Amino acid sequence: MIQTDILIIGAGPTGLFTVFEAGLLKLRCHLIDALPQIGGQCSEIYPKKPIYDIPGFPEVLAGDLTDNLLEQCKQFQPGFTLGERAETIEKLDDGSFIVTTNKGTKHQAPIIAIAGGLGSFEPRKPPIPNIANFENKGVAYMIKEPEVYRDKRVVISGGGDSALDWAIFLTAIAASVTLIHRRNEFRGALDSVDKVQELKNAGKITLITPAEVKGIVGDTYVTGVRIASKDQEEYTLETDCFIPLFGLSPKLGPIGNWGLEIEKNAIKVNNALDYQTNIPGIYAIGDVNTYPGKLKLILCGFHEATLMCQSAFKRIFPDKKYVMKYTTVGGVEGFDGTKKEAPKAVVKAIQ
Amino acid sequence: MAMNVMEIVRSYELAPEGTIGICGGMAMCASCQCYVKSTHELPEMGQDEDLMLAEAFYVEDNSRLGCQIAITPQLDGLEIELAPES
Repeated sequence: MIQTDILIIGAGPTGLFTVFEAGLLKLRCHLIDALPQIGGQCSEIYPKKPIYDIPGFPEVLAGDLTDNLLEQCKQFQPGFTLGERAETIEKLDDGSFIVTTNKGTKHQAPIIAIAGGLGSFEPRKPPIPNIANFENKGVAYMIKEPEVYRDKRVVISGGGDSALDWAIFLTAIAASVTLIHRRNEFRGALDSVDKVQELKNAGKITLITPAEVKGIVGDTYVTGVRIASKDQEEYTLETDCFIPLFGLSPKLGPIGNWGLEIEKNAIKVNNALDYQTNIPGIYAIGDVNTYPGKLKLILCGFHEATLMCQSAFKRIFPDKKYVMKYTTVGGVEGFDGTKKEAPKAVVKAIQ
Repeated sequence: MAMNVMEIVRSYELAPEGTIGICGGMAMCASCQCYVKSTHELPEMGQDEDLMLAEAFYVEDNSRLGCQIAITPQLDGLEIELAPES
């Protein structure tokens, strides 16, 4: 069981900044995120895009903002459970909560901070009529264990980075790799596109473009896919596996069933005070919450995280007196023994 | 401030909040895909939009990303249908 003071659901910018604000109050944090990496939308959707409304940064790339936020909070040693989705919550008699992920990892904390953005990112499933029958029987929407594809014939469809990167990776272990896309052009990084071109020229990747997988063939397991293109009759290509990689889209998911008040796909909070939900001890901050006048902006998430941490501190230590200290005055004392502080003024007499 | 089709849909809450305009209008998701039903002349499709639509579902010849269509007086009477959520 992982134990912490504040369990943060969502490792996007708001969740990461919560670690910093909690750390100033000597509260430890652990973050859960369905994505395998931190940063939330900033890393999943637009890492290379600039943001212009982060105070003090006239321009910052979303990916760099993520890196900076991690750098800023690292001395508070946050724990991470990545690639797992928070699934269930249970309240114990002592008032603390246990959150269990889809993989069964259990986390206990007196405070839950939901910083879940638009929800957890789930793979987008193409609307192929019989595809559901073949899930885990040759069809997978994400690659968890590449070894599964050793010596198998693999068909990948999609035109972004994940389709390109996995096609490249699997050439090393699969019996054959076919990449199908509706265009001749790909949206991925230039390096990946060049690499696929190279592997195609070397006969290691078969490229079928422009074309689309319209159906799946097989009794129980996938034995082939039906391929359609504009200038050719639909035909069957034999394969053992079909991996459609069409990116991810956020879904509020299981959090929607935790008994929280939901409005317009977001969690209602008390914005007059501390961003607490209708369940005491559970807060919602950043894009995932809603209140009159709510703006889904990163900078608003930072503010919400800061006030939420103050409230969390009072919940955990109801009898402690506390006065907020400027970081310039108090410095930043990490749990790792480091201390950042303003340099002392040098006093020297003039003779 | 001028709006685009995606923003119009959001401002009138024609689709559930959180299901449209996920990327905010960067043509980096296809949540605002719509079918253009009238014959208005629309802004030309950029490469970002074209390649994003190449990965979208339920795409038809008249598919566009709503976030890439800025509303102008010339579009008066524009008719669109929202594509299914995916």
